[in-house]
Amino acid sequence: MAEMMKITVITPEREFYSGEASMVEFTTTEGNIGIYKEHIPLTAIVAPGILTIHEAEGKREAALIAGFAEILPEQVTILAEVVEWPEEIDYGRAEESKNRAERRLKERSAEIDVARAEAALKRALVRLDTRK
Amino acid sequence: MASMRDIKRRRSSIQSTEQITKAMKLVSTVKLQKSRTKAENSKPYFNMMYQTVSSMLAKSGNMDHKYLKAGASDRKAVIAITSNRGLAGGYNNNIIRMIAGDERFPSGRTSIYAIGNKGKDGLARKGYEIAGDYPEVIEEPEYQDAQEITSVLLSEFEKGNIGEIYLAYTVFKNTVSQKPALIKLLPVEFETGETDGGPAVLMNYEPNETAVLDQLVPKYMSSMIYGALLEAVASENGARMTAMDSATSNAEEMIEELSLQYNRARQGSITQELTEIIAGANAIS
Repeated sequence: MAEMMKITVITPEREFYSGEASMVEFTTTEGNIGIYKEHIPLTAIVAPGILTIHEAEGKREAALIAGFAEILPEQVTILAEVVEWPEEIDYGRAEESKNRAERRLKERSAEIDVARAEAALKRALVRLDTRK
Repeated sequence: MASMRDIKRRRSSIQSTEQITKAMKLVSTVKLQKSRTKAENSKPYFNMMYQTVSSMLAKSGNMDHKYLKAGASDRKAVIAITSNRGLAGGYNNNIIRMIAGDERFPSGRTSIYAIGNKGKDGLARKGYEIAGDYPEVIEEPEYQDAQEITSVLLSEFEKGNIGEIYLAYTVFKNTVSQKPALIKLLPVEFETGETDGGPAVLMNYEPNETAVLDQLVPKYMSSMIYGALLEAVASENGARMTAMDSATSNAEEMIEELSLQYNRARQGSITQELTEIIAGANAIS
C-alpha cells in the first residue's frame, strides 16, 4: 500500500473534495498523469478528463473539466473551475451536447468554430465516461 | 398648531413607511446571511489562487509576459461593482465617489465596465464612458459571469485598447462596516518581498511558465472578479440592513413625537369643547 497524501479539490463555489489518497489521476494539457506521494513540485493546467482519487477504501471518480493543479510532495491541490461527481451530471444534457458538437463537426461549414465544437465534444464525452 | 386630522394623516403615513423599512431590513438580513455563507464558501479558492499566482510570480522573477506589463494604451478600464437598487445608504455613492475622485481615472481616458445600474448611472452622469454593462450579474453572481467579463476585458487588453484594468468593489468587513476598495487586475502586480510563509520549493511548470501564465491569469482574473462580486453582494445587503435599521428607528421616533402632538391636540380640542359647552350652559341659565 502506497503512502497517503492530502488531496484537496476546490471550486469557486465550494470545497469539492478533501481527504487522503494514495494516488490521484487526471488529465493535463500534456496528457494523463498519475501522482503518488513525493512527486516533484509541479503546476499544470487541467484538460477535460476523469479525475480518479484512490482512497484507502476504493476509488472515486469525477469529471474534471477545467482548472489547474498544484502538486507538492505532501499534497495535491486542484483548483477546478468545473468539476462534477457522476451523480451530479445531467446525462441527458451531456448526450445532447455531444450530438450537437458531433453534428457541427461533421458539417464543417466555414462559420462554425471547430476548436470550440471540439472542446464541447470533449467535455460531453468526459461527462458521459463517468457513467457506470 | 397643526390640526388633529393633519397629524393623524402624517402619523399613519410614517407608520406605513416604517412597515416598509422594517420589512426591507428583514429581507436584507436574510439575504445577507445567504450571501455571506456564499462568500465564505468561496474563500479557500481565492486564497489558494492568490497564493499560487503570487508565489509563482515571486519565484519566476522578472518574466517577460504580456499580462505582466502595462499595455500600450493609456486608457484604463474600471470594473465598477454596485447594486441595481438604492436605499442602501452610501453603498453606491462610495464607489462612484472613489472612482471619480481618483486622479488616475480622468473621465476622458477611462472606460467603465459597470456591474449594477446605480454605478452605471452615477458614473455616466459624471461623464464616464460606459463600455460594458452587466446589470443582471449582481442579482445572482455566477462564476460564468465573471469568466465572460474577463474574456471581454482580456481581448480588449490584447488588442491594445486598454492599458490597465482595475476592479472597484466594496469589501465586506462586518455587518455594519463596508469599505470601498480598488485593486489592479492587469498587469498583474504583487508587492515584492511578499512571502506567504510557504516552503520555498522549486516549482516546475507544465508545459512551461509562459503557457501556464497564459491560462492562469484569466482564471486569476475571473476568480478575483467572482470573489469581488460575492463580497459586494454581502456588502450591499449589509449596507441596506444598516440603512433600513436606522430608517426604522427614525420612523419610530417620529411616530412617538407625532403621537404626543396628536394627544395634545386631542386634549386641547376636548378642553375647548367643554369650555364652549359650559360657557353656553352658563349663558342660558
